Amino acid sequence: MTRAHRLLAIAIGAGVVAALVFAPLSLNRYGLYILSLWSVMSIAAIGLNLTLGYAGQVSLAQGAFVGIGAYAAAIMTVDGLPLSLAVATAVALCFVVGWLLGYPALRVQHHYLAFVTLAFSTLAFLVFRNEEWLTNGVYGISGVPRPHIFGLSTTPPLRFYYLCLFTLGVVTLACWRLVRSPWGRAFVALRENPMRALSLGVDTRRYTLMAFAIGSALGGLAGALYAPLAEFVDPTSFTLSLSLNLLMMVIIGGSGFFFGPYLGAMTAVLLPEWLRIAEGYYLIVYALLVMGLLIYSPTGILGILDRYLRDRSAKAASALHAAAGASLPDETAS
Amino acid sequence: MSSLFDLVISGLATGAIYALVAIGFTLLWQTSQTINFAQGEFAMLPAFLMLAVGRTGAPFWLAIILGALLSVAILGIAFKKLLVDPMLRHGVLPLAIATMALSVAMKESVKQFFSAEAQPFPSIAPSGSVSIFGSEVSLQSFGVFAFGLAAVIGLNLFLERTSTGRQMQAAAQNPTVARIVGVPVERMIMLTFVINAALVALASLLVTPIYLAKFSSGETLGQAAFIAAIVGGFNQVRGAIIGGLAIGVLDNLAAAYVSTQYRAAVSLALLIVIILFRPEGLVGRSEERTV
Amino acid sequence: MKYVLMAGLVLLTAAFAAPALAQDIQLVDVAELSGGGATVGTNFKNGVDLAVEEINAAGGILGHKIVVTHADTQSNPGVARAQVQKALDSNPYVLLGPGYSGSVKVTAPLAEEAGVTQIMGGEAAELTRMGNKFLFRTSFGQQSSMPKAAKYMAEDMKAKSVAVVWVNNDFGKGGRDTIEKEFDRLGMKVVADISTEAGQADFAADVAKVKASNADAAFVYLNEEESARILKEFKRQAVTTPLMGETTLVGQKVIELAGDAANGARAHVGLTTDAPIDSIRAFRERFVKKHNYVPDHNGIKGYLAIYMIKAATEKMGKVDPKGVADALHGLTIKAADQPGILMDVTFDENGDIDRQGFLVEVENGKQVIKQILPKLH
Repeated sequence: MTRAHRLLAIAIGAGVVAALVFAPLSLNRYGLYILSLWSVMSIAAIGLNLTLGYAGQVSLAQGAFVGIGAYAAAIMTVDGLPLSLAVATAVALCFVVGWLLGYPALRVQHHYLAFVTLAFSTLAFLVFRNEEWLTNGVYGISGVPRPHIFGLSTTPPLRFYYLCLFTLGVVTLACWRLVRSPWGRAFVALRENPMRALSLGVDTRRYTLMAFAIGSALGGLAGALYAPLAEFVDPTSFTLSLSLNLLMMVIIGGSGFFFGPYLGAMTAVLLPEWLRIAEGYYLIVYALLVMGLLIYSPTGILGILDRYLRDRSAKAASALHAAAGASLPDETAS
Repeated sequence: MSSLFDLVISGLATGAIYALVAIGFTLLWQTSQTINFAQGEFAMLPAFLMLAVGRTGAPFWLAIILGALLSVAILGIAFKKLLVDPMLRHGVLPLAIATMALSVAMKESVKQFFSAEAQPFPSIAPSGSVSIFGSEVSLQSFGVFAFGLAAVIGLNLFLERTSTGRQMQAAAQNPTVARIVGVPVERMIMLTFVINAALVALASLLVTPIYLAKFSSGETLGQAAFIAAIVGGFNQVRGAIIGGLAIGVLDNLAAAYVSTQYRAAVSLALLIVIILFRPEGLVGRSEERTV
Repeated sequence: MKYVLMAGLVLLTAAFAAPALAQDIQLVDVAELSGGGATVGTNFKNGVDLAVEEINAAGGILGHKIVVTHADTQSNPGVARAQVQKALDSNPYVLLGPGYSGSVKVTAPLAEEAGVTQIMGGEAAELTRMGNKFLFRTSFGQQSSMPKAAKYMAEDMKAKSVAVVWVNNDFGKGGRDTIEKEFDRLGMKVVADISTEAGQADFAADVAKVKASNADAAFVYLNEEESARILKEFKRQAVTTPLMGETTLVGQKVIELAGDAANGARAHVGLTTDAPIDSIRAFRERFVKKHNYVPDHNGIKGYLAIYMIKAATEKMGKVDPKGVADALHGLTIKAADQPGILMDVTFDENGDIDRQGFLVEVENGKQVIKQILPKLH
């Protein structure tokens, strides 16, 4: 990337961050809720992107992990325990469950893993719904409190939004480091060519489990934030639909691209808004748009951008090449 | 013990429904690596098409025929040309996700353009029931069972005994070599989609009198069909039948003897066990790993 | 300086907002228009639209036109919360919906905090026990309907042992919990407790359990299609246990779908388009004319909600969003004065309703009123 491009990227990045921090000051409660929801869903989508986009493993269970995190947080905070403890529990629990669930990933390939995780998702829902003694069953858990951070209550929407944004920032930095690290490279090797990775000495088993476990842990983290955001958890929020929605977010944004999940989460959260003019037909329009996008670019929106940029740089390169060639003696004459 | 017998019989009847829907699902996977998450909705739509035609005043038998033809056109030809073809080169997963979106589009379209309410659907089988060893089996269920069996036998005969069928198998197993040998691979694949559409139209016709026509009836049916197809064996049409019947019976037995709250869990647990320990399914062939 | 600017901005927007409010009455309906609750929410929406059309044609409420916006909760409490938050930000006159009890639970605190009256269709008992002064029902809560059903089963069906079949969501479980408490109170024994899934098609196992339990009667609390399917299964297995339900079991739709398997089923019915009451018959005709199908009781709920608002506003004599809740508490609306309310109704301090109910039995494919349960006051 040229220096100019790099400066441009930094400027855009800074602009986005500034917008996320300062624009909400003038937003109403709905806008704040939507932005908070976006940041929470982004965290879950980032986790799934790690598993699917970087390590190439298909997971339809991310929604279940969000649910596990949410219920852990709800149960603990309603009992008076601090949210930080609940978050730690949620993340640890989901990491372990993800590790255990990832075990079958060793034995089966892609589409079979999708079905295992699909089954897990539905089983998790059944547990949420039936184990009344733990989760209050179908009735759900109301009045989930929002935490106090350094003595300040985050019940006001703006403050809770900053908490979500801060968490998203931390997750972003952590994942950036992870992806750039040797681990991240191992993940990509795993996705592109598992056989080759194995032959090069990459312990595919371990890295596969890692990818799954970290992705699931992030789902749990997202869930632990979702509970105080909605101030209510019930089983119907964590069905297979949520897993499918998260999958769509990652795919639409662009699976394997670092910023894909952010874009995908924004699309999923805001698109019903933008399509409000379509009234009752908005879901149909949404579905058709998704199909159209996938046909045109299976690597999602960022995939389109990437292709465009590559084309441009390829054109620029060949233009340069042509210009350079023009000043050299004619080599084509044989 | 008559109760156990009765549960098994009605489980087989429900299972036959799952099997009908699962057959097409398996077929699509085998021939074109298409995982059709909208298969449940595929089995829901033809009934609505038939109802829609019926509303124009056409007599029932005509509505069925026209509805079935429309289904084949939309779910077979249009589906393949508009969605599957452009996406197939991108791989299995994007197409699977596209079919998820398709299922939403179909569900919502029926809800918006037809009705959100459940609609009754006339049955082509006569009403009434038959007594088998003391258990009342409705003629409708018999009809489903019989047709399902006929469909599988017919399909197997077609695939094994006819030239077209064998060409279809060749196209599925190794398209490159098949092309070299002169098999019109593209046409064969299209034929699979058409067969799938015909099968789901038949399934819809048989199942909707029992399930009732509702935009959401594809959900449970679709999920049961996936589980049935995988448990039975994803790469054998026989597997879809065995899987479907197994799931139907298992669901009933689970509800009766395990727990009604966790009735769905038993078949899900079976799915996980099968995938872990016998991924080719109960009667499937071991799939070669492509490197 | 910043605060002066902000204050100025607020005043300016208020200045613009006030004339808008003075002209039209803004209502927002947050309903399940997609997902599992689509039938519930769509019916509610259609009932709302019919009432709004009628009232506007007759000159509106105190001369003001009603404008209603519909929002989709996707049958998901998280989305419901977002939509209600959005609705509240626009300062509606009254908030309508949601229908799903879970969605009501998550949104009611928001409306209460904003001081906006909420009229919804949820039937769970606990909804009116949260101490929320702004929440109102349009139909019997389970805490009203279940005791009546249980009483009938004890006294008229003379049932000492009962099997309970219920759909495993907050609607079904709420009903089952409430009625089992009643059975306990009345000294009746629950010999079978059978949960079923929404969308279930095969009821062989469940009916077999009812049969095996030898219960004197069975209480069946499912959604519409499932009610039809289980009735057919009862017939297929030749089970003669008397069946009792609540509204859905004997609905016209269920009778249509189940055929003669529905004969003999009984239920306590709060709202039904099949009631032999002129105002309801007329409503049904108007609904069918506008929407081309016969509504279920959710359609009536939506319709009533608008007329409740009309009655409360007329009582106040002015269009005051802050006063609607107080006007509704303790209000009795008579059908003679306000035909849109269909049947006389009184609202209590908790937002619950007191209204006539029916004991219905299906005979020869038709609903027959066996008993009229009068209003308590």
